[in-house]
Amino acid sequence: MQDLGIRVLIEGNNLYRLMGGLLITIRIAIISAIISILFGIPFGIVMTSKNKLVRFVCRTYLEAVRIIPVMVWLFIFYFGVPKLTGIHIAGDVVSVIVFSIWGTAEMGDLVRGAVTSLPKHQKESGKAIGLTNLQIYSYIIIPQSIRRLLPGTINLVTRMIKTTSLVVLIGVVEVLKVGQQVIESFVLQSPSASFWVYGFIFFLYFIICYPISLFARKLELRWKE
Amino acid sequence: MDIGFILEISSLYLEAAKFTLKLASIGIILSLLIGLFCSLVNYYKVKFLKKIVNWYIELSRNTPLLIQLFFLYYGLPKVGIKLGAFTCAVIGLAFLGGSYMAEAFRGGLEAVSKAQIEAGLSIGLTKAQVTRYIIFPQALAVSIPSIGANAIFIIKETSIVSAISLKDLMFVTKDIIGIYYKTNEALLMLVVAYLIILLPLSLLLTYIERRLRYAGFGN
Repeated sequence: MQDLGIRVLIEGNNLYRLMGGLLITIRIAIISAIISILFGIPFGIVMTSKNKLVRFVCRTYLEAVRIIPVMVWLFIFYFGVPKLTGIHIAGDVVSVIVFSIWGTAEMGDLVRGAVTSLPKHQKESGKAIGLTNLQIYSYIIIPQSIRRLLPGTINLVTRMIKTTSLVVLIGVVEVLKVGQQVIESFVLQSPSASFWVYGFIFFLYFIICYPISLFARKLELRWKE
Repeated sequence: MDIGFILEISSLYLEAAKFTLKLASIGIILSLLIGLFCSLVNYYKVKFLKKIVNWYIELSRNTPLLIQLFFLYYGLPKVGIKLGAFTCAVIGLAFLGGSYMAEAFRGGLEAVSKAQIEAGLSIGLTKAQVTRYIIFPQALAVSIPSIGANAIFIIKETSIVSAISLKDLMFVTKDIIGIYYKTNEALLMLVVAYLIILLPLSLLLTYIERRLRYAGFGN
């Protein structure tokens, strides 16, 4: 039988299935990114606190999340937590939890960087004209920080999309797993399927992440002045 | 917790940790070479090569390592390129790390002021000598913190090579969970192993960063 070659991608509903798989990864990434941004902003502001104990706790959380590979965190939550508590959590929920914990730490560090990079007199001038702390943050610190924050945050989203490819290793059926299924079911008609399918997935990730990181770089350049 | 069991499996983890370190060191060295090459090509604006290098950097930065490994290990043999799992992992890590290292070097090279180069040329040094004795040492000092951070990043990225059946720390852990069902012990050892590898490096990096800042500002 003739090898289908690249046509394996459009054979039957393969393309549709692969895209569906990709959507699952992207959905995990986007949900985690939203949670990370929501929790990361207050976390980052707390990290700039003058209280030593508060700073120590935040620092420990950040470093603990950073030093252990994400893959290990996925294992801990997927294999360890059910063993300890007896509650089984589905792979995609585990992924969202782990990526949110990881993302919150990273986002917090970005926010901390943006807030501390503002000149001190901004805050002091606010205080001098009698604004309350809440007013200083909502009218002075946050609007100015957002500009410094946005490129980093967009980069974090691409990192999130790239890292969520790991969820296949804890049994979530996403694009790579669908790819494997397609390859297996077409092994006779298309012996070279794995080259085309994995090559296509590689290309898909590039097509998604490249424009986003390009956009982040543009913003960074424009806002540098 | 079963202490006896932990002692029993510790030799397995030692082997796996050695493997992880071996893979990571080869990956880091190759990444450094690729990164240095790419950053120099960009710095001296070598025609044609510059285009290739920039495409490589974009491709490497915008795709996940796991997909790269799957493509190398499962995809390429179908078109006649058969590589061992270890070779694939090394290529994957170098491909990924190279672009990160290139960014690190770029930052360093850009930090060297034009006046330094012109001064070197004006006292009669050749272009190669200026690169070797003036640009390189100064650029390196600036890039070291990001190079260190990238090295740690590459070590952490090795945690997914078990996907192409290499016997690293993750592989051993999964094996032990599967065979003995001693999840807690296996995961504890996994975390401890990574901490033993990464914590000293991370502390060293913080120390170097502080020293470099002192060197820069003189206080």
